Amino acid sequence: MQESQIDWTFLVMAAPFLAAFVAPLLKRLLGSGAAWILAAAPAAMFVYFITLIAPVASGRVIANGFAWAPSLQINFSYRLDGLSLLFALLVSGIGTFILIYAGAYLKGHVHQGRFFSFILLFMGAMQGLVLADDFMTLFVFWELTSITSFLLIGFDHTREAARRAALQALVITAGGGLCLLAGLLIMTGLVGVHSMSEAIALGSSFAENPYYLPVLILLLGGAFTKSAQFPFHSWLANAMEAPTPVSAYLHSATMVKAGVYLLLRIHPFMGETVPWTTILPLFGGATLLAGTLLALRQTDLKLILAYTTVASLGLLVMLTGTSNETAILGALVYLLAHSLFKGGLFMMAGSVDHEAGTRDLRELGGLGLKMPVTFLSGLVLAWAMGGLFVTLGFFAKEAMYEGLLHGEGTAPVTLGVAVLGNGLMFAAAFAVGLLPFIGKRPENLSGAHEGPIGLWLGPLVLACLSVAGIVFAAFTQEALIGPTLAAVAGAEPHPNLSYAIHVNEAFAASGVTWAIGILALLALRPVRRAIAAVLDAVGWGPDRGFDQLVNGLTNGSAAVTRFIQNGDLERYLSITFTVLALALVVPLLVFGEWPAWPETFALAPHEWAVMGLAVVGLIAVIVAENRLTAIVSLGIQGFAVALIYMLFGAPDLSFTQFMVETLSVVILALVMTRLSLMTADRRSMFQRVKDGSIALACGVGTAALLVAVTNQPFDSRLSDFFAEHSRTIAHGRNIVNVIIVDFRGLDTLGEIAVVMITGLAILALLRFPAPWRQTRAVEEEK
Amino acid sequence: MSTVIFRAIAPYLTALMVLFSVFVLLRGHNNPGGGFIGGLIAASAFAIYGIAYGVPPVRRALRFHPMGIAAFGLVVAALAGVPSLLGGKPFLTALWAYPKIFGMEVAISTATFFDIGVYLVVVGTITSVALSLEERER
Repeated sequence: MQESQIDWTFLVMAAPFLAAFVAPLLKRLLGSGAAWILAAAPAAMFVYFITLIAPVASGRVIANGFAWAPSLQINFSYRLDGLSLLFALLVSGIGTFILIYAGAYLKGHVHQGRFFSFILLFMGAMQGLVLADDFMTLFVFWELTSITSFLLIGFDHTREAARRAALQALVITAGGGLCLLAGLLIMTGLVGVHSMSEAIALGSSFAENPYYLPVLILLLGGAFTKSAQFPFHSWLANAMEAPTPVSAYLHSATMVKAGVYLLLRIHPFMGETVPWTTILPLFGGATLLAGTLLALRQTDLKLILAYTTVASLGLLVMLTGTSNETAILGALVYLLAHSLFKGGLFMMAGSVDHEAGTRDLRELGGLGLKMPVTFLSGLVLAWAMGGLFVTLGFFAKEAMYEGLLHGEGTAPVTLGVAVLGNGLMFAAAFAVGLLPFIGKRPENLSGAHEGPIGLWLGPLVLACLSVAGIVFAAFTQEALIGPTLAAVAGAEPHPNLSYAIHVNEAFAASGVTWAIGILALLALRPVRRAIAAVLDAVGWGPDRGFDQLVNGLTNGSAAVTRFIQNGDLERYLSITFTVLALALVVPLLVFGEWPAWPETFALAPHEWAVMGLAVVGLIAVIVAENRLTAIVSLGIQGFAVALIYMLFGAPDLSFTQFMVETLSVVILALVMTRLSLMTADRRSMFQRVKDGSIALACGVGTAALLVAVTNQPFDSRLSDFFAEHSRTIAHGRNIVNVIIVDFRGLDTLGEIAVVMITGLAILALLRFPAPWRQTRAVEEEK
Repeated sequence: MSTVIFRAIAPYLTALMVLFSVFVLLRGHNNPGGGFIGGLIAASAFAIYGIAYGVPPVRRALRFHPMGIAAFGLVVAALAGVPSLLGGKPFLTALWAYPKIFGMEVAISTATFFDIGVYLVVVGTITSVALSLEERER
């Protein structure tokens, strides 16, 4: 860390959180119009990042940070290079329209203020994630996106489906986050890098590190779960339970792209290795195909879009996995294009739903003249998603085919998968962006009309940007894609972004793609039926699997609890003491450290008398006829031990032992009257032998351990320290007391708090009317 | 346990034990003793009184709920750490003062107050548990 100062970027990172804080109040004051004011926060962020384009494009990496936990070398730091900047622009830019859209879409919703808060928190988390440099900063924001998306997906918390979807998203993505944490900790602890900047500085040399593979697998675990790669894809489609603005945001710019962001971010030091180019295309390709097939099967607009997001993420992962510069260029342009068209299409689908009252493709049609602006933006967005000419999508597709054509060994397979996937996505795009607006209008839709400006502004702007991005190709290249490619693929890249058509092999592949797309669109119904039939035949998917896993977990833990916590005190005690005995005896035996029998017993007569007292107490416990006698006899034994302490120079300990023995006899006797234990011991012979053996093992183990410890040379450094300093520093001669109240005062404070809480718990238990006693009484009556 | 001898002795025994517990508490810094042991002695004293005369008289004699005494002790112990903070030292650093009271130098330290807090927590908690156990269900 060169400097530790708060700069503008930190303020910008904090802005959404501050906005989230005031959002509910603002909503109360201004109603749904508050959205326009709140949207100023991401808009300002967007403008701020725009001003950073020029320095970043000139190759600068803007970084800063301050110490967060210096003793652990954790900083709160950010790193702004091309990649971070592209994502930051997407998060804030699309976030602006999402807020405006949410203002109109959720108008009149009781919890709209809460919604604004959640989505702004989410925005802040995502913003922090893409800017974070330090590993712990990154991880904190990573998990924060999981938590805030949990709140957003489960926003409609009265519906069970929403709760389940939220939980599923949290379990999968936060679980993946733990993988990520493990990977980052290995990087920090064993490789010695603390931040992305340091890791990127390692460069490709990291591939030879022995920890490369475990780190790769752990980081992929985080990235794949976040980006909904097969077989973790089900949470993303279920996340449709969230209100549409959330879906639009989650799917376009933020949450799901976090995984792709991570992959792109780690590519400079993790990429271009055999595991990388094997695992990523494999999972990415599987996700692409599974996503498109599942998408075409659906009839719900949002679900179609959701599954195409899964497919697009698969495509991105696959392309990133090639480590081919041209293919990665395609991926980056596609990433930008996808953020624009997917965000727009989701908002468009939400508008259709809002106005027509349904999202089911079979019930929609002929809305084009009623909702002309929505129709226009939908068509352009579908055009972009289909990868047709004069859109960013077109260039992305050409570039990725170009890259895959000239890739390594697996290229023909990946190319085939990409062409098929893109073709099917083409069909899905027009199914969403075109079909609701053409054909015959069902009668119940006659009331549909264009929504308010908040509803159509976002889709329209994003549709325009999809086209403008390629029309102003020079700007897109210099400002956005070029620096990003430099951050991901290294070296000096020459993206050569343009809207020109080059008639070559890649263009031929595009032709095949469109042909597949048009055919699939025309035969949408049969295709849908065929896919549905296949899926029904399989009858099982990761979504069901998730339910089975969760149910298995709860049932399993319930069974374990019933087994362990069966309510039988004797069983608890025998288990506890058996474990104690094993812990004491086994290590001594296994490691051959069984102590020798101490040789000399040079005890004075009165010391022998105390020993004898203890033995008498012990025998009295064993032969005692009823429990009260046994308890008191145990007290005798305890007093003997206290006397031993006193004789051997530990008056404090002895004092305490006397009091504890007295009180434990009193309290045990009192407990006995409460618990209605049998006064006499009526255990069977077998039970007695068993309990006796456990007791004997514990006793022998403790004794052996003590002898073994005293056989060791005594390290007197600590006691010397306290003896020396308790008088001078703490002004006390009683070392024990000085340690308790002075040297380790904070420990003592904690301990007395524990004592008090335990006391409260005991009081609560004593006052609680024991239900089992009643049930037992009822059972005995039967 | 309502033998005549026990009932006759119990009040004196209790009073002596409570007095002794305070003595043990205060001498703890230089001699065997301290808040923890003192607290245990006082708790036994109340338990004995309770066994002899029943729980209600003990509760009346204590005036406050024993758990309240414990909570007060915890607060005292925690507050004993605060003065050092004001002096810019770490929490719970012991501060000492030697004022002359009636011509006699008395050593006062925040550590003593901390120990008093420990004493009150132990007395309060254990007495509270013991008394609750002694109260039969009605």
